[in-house]
Amino acid sequence: MLLEAIRITRRFGGVVAVNAVDLAVAPRQAFGLIGPNGAGKTTLVNLISGHLRADGGTIRFAEADVTGSPPHELTTRGIARTFQGVRLFKGLSAIENVLVGRHVRMRADAVRRLWPRGAPDRADRDRAAALLDRVGLAQRADALSGELSYGDQRRLEIARALASEPRLLLLDEPAAGMNPTETGRLRELMRALVDEGLTILLIEHDVRLVMGTCERIAVLNFGRKIAEGPPAEIQGSAVVREAYLGSEDVA
Amino acid sequence: MDEIGDFFAAYSTLIGFVGVSALLALSVWVTLYAGQLTLGNAAFMGIGAYVSALLGRHLGTPFPIALAVGALAAGATAAPLGLTVFRLRGVYLAIATLAFGEVLRVILLATPITGKGQGLNGIPPKTELWHIYLSLAVVAYVLWRVQGSTVGRAWAAIREDETAAASQGIAVRRYKLGAFVAGALVAAWAGGLSAHLTFSIEPNDFAFSKAVQILVFAVVGGIPNPLGPIFGAALLTALPELLRPLKDYRDILQGLILLLVIIYLPRGLVTVAQLRRTRRLQEIGAADVA
Repeated sequence: MLLEAIRITRRFGGVVAVNAVDLAVAPRQAFGLIGPNGAGKTTLVNLISGHLRADGGTIRFAEADVTGSPPHELTTRGIARTFQGVRLFKGLSAIENVLVGRHVRMRADAVRRLWPRGAPDRADRDRAAALLDRVGLAQRADALSGELSYGDQRRLEIARALASEPRLLLLDEPAAGMNPTETGRLRELMRALVDEGLTILLIEHDVRLVMGTCERIAVLNFGRKIAEGPPAEIQGSAVVREAYLGSEDVA
Repeated sequence: MDEIGDFFAAYSTLIGFVGVSALLALSVWVTLYAGQLTLGNAAFMGIGAYVSALLGRHLGTPFPIALAVGALAAGATAAPLGLTVFRLRGVYLAIATLAFGEVLRVILLATPITGKGQGLNGIPPKTELWHIYLSLAVVAYVLWRVQGSTVGRAWAAIREDETAAASQGIAVRRYKLGAFVAGALVAAWAGGLSAHLTFSIEPNDFAFSKAVQILVFAVVGGIPNPLGPIFGAALLTALPELLRPLKDYRDILQGLILLLVIIYLPRGLVTVAQLRRTRRLQEIGAADVA
């Protein structure tokens, strides 16, 4: 398993946002996490990415215990993420955002740059430009990221996350605010990335997108995992229907 | 040529102060660029001033070494202080660093070796103009180069969004601390130069009003690049002297400039050029849409 959460728990005051959840994500697959609003999906992502500390339980990544590791260490180990509300560096250009995303893969060059012609970051810029091209933002490389359209911002955030060359990519509602065409392209991108060996943990409200992208899906409700399995199984599950899918139009 | 010579003779002190102000403005620029509002640089300047002056007086330490030791003393103070105060953010961080300045001032007022309230007098005038401007050139060049490095990008990322910066693998606390210590080194170096330019120092020279003044230099000049603070410091140090007839209104004038800049040019005077470019781009963009 690439990522394992064992009885992971997080409380906010009296509310148990994530309650003894077990999760096991195998490498080279897209793993979906769905559930109604307030089910604890984003809290779980924040626990995995190190932005929140667990009150109980263990998180293992690539055979190592990473419980309680800070976010920057986890990124170095190979976990990258996007944020539900999009958190770009708005005052920086698109390509600068991606270069910041490459931080852990770049050699520190502050000292070398003191030599006037030192440290050309050509190779890193080329890689960043290639990533922008991949998410369809090649033309907007020098635009301020805060001035991009919402859909472009979401794609830029994915490019920035990919820049750290992660093994696990956490996507928190990447399709929010995208139109059907953009969502279709996002699905193609995710499948292509998985084919190249990346592992994706996808949190999404668009159930159709999750069903069409992921090999395996876990369902959260009130902080507990109530079901897990391949898409067909989840779709047929009575428990899931009752908790969540019953109110959704699932084709 | 005589006229130029006369000008330098008449204004050499002012030219020196302009350079020192520019160094101080750069010292606070480092932390501001990383999005951290710290007001401890007047105190670090004080450490540099007192340590270098005392070393020269009591141990006969050569001037450059005294300056360096003063800077290192400030850096050694900044490191543990930064570890503590960078648990705080925004206004709380500003207040905590300001409190450090007050503590230092009270210590200076109470310690016999620093001359208590009288401070130190008769400091030998070892600072030459070229010392100041060589230091300024080196510091400005280093900061300009660092700005485009992985370190500079990390600082900018922390300024824009700390949570997202951590997710890019940036050790946020460590980078903030680095900026803080770098600023302290520069401020203390400037303090040493300034002490040997003015003959005398006293605790109040490095108190609240100085801390705010340094911040104003940088904010008026602008944070986008190191040129801004230099420009702001030069303007705000030279202007009151050149407008000597208005001497009584000096603080008012300074406040007025700050107000105007914050209202009309929130990113500082250096953005005037950028602003024009953006306007033009916007016009082109508007034409595209139409």
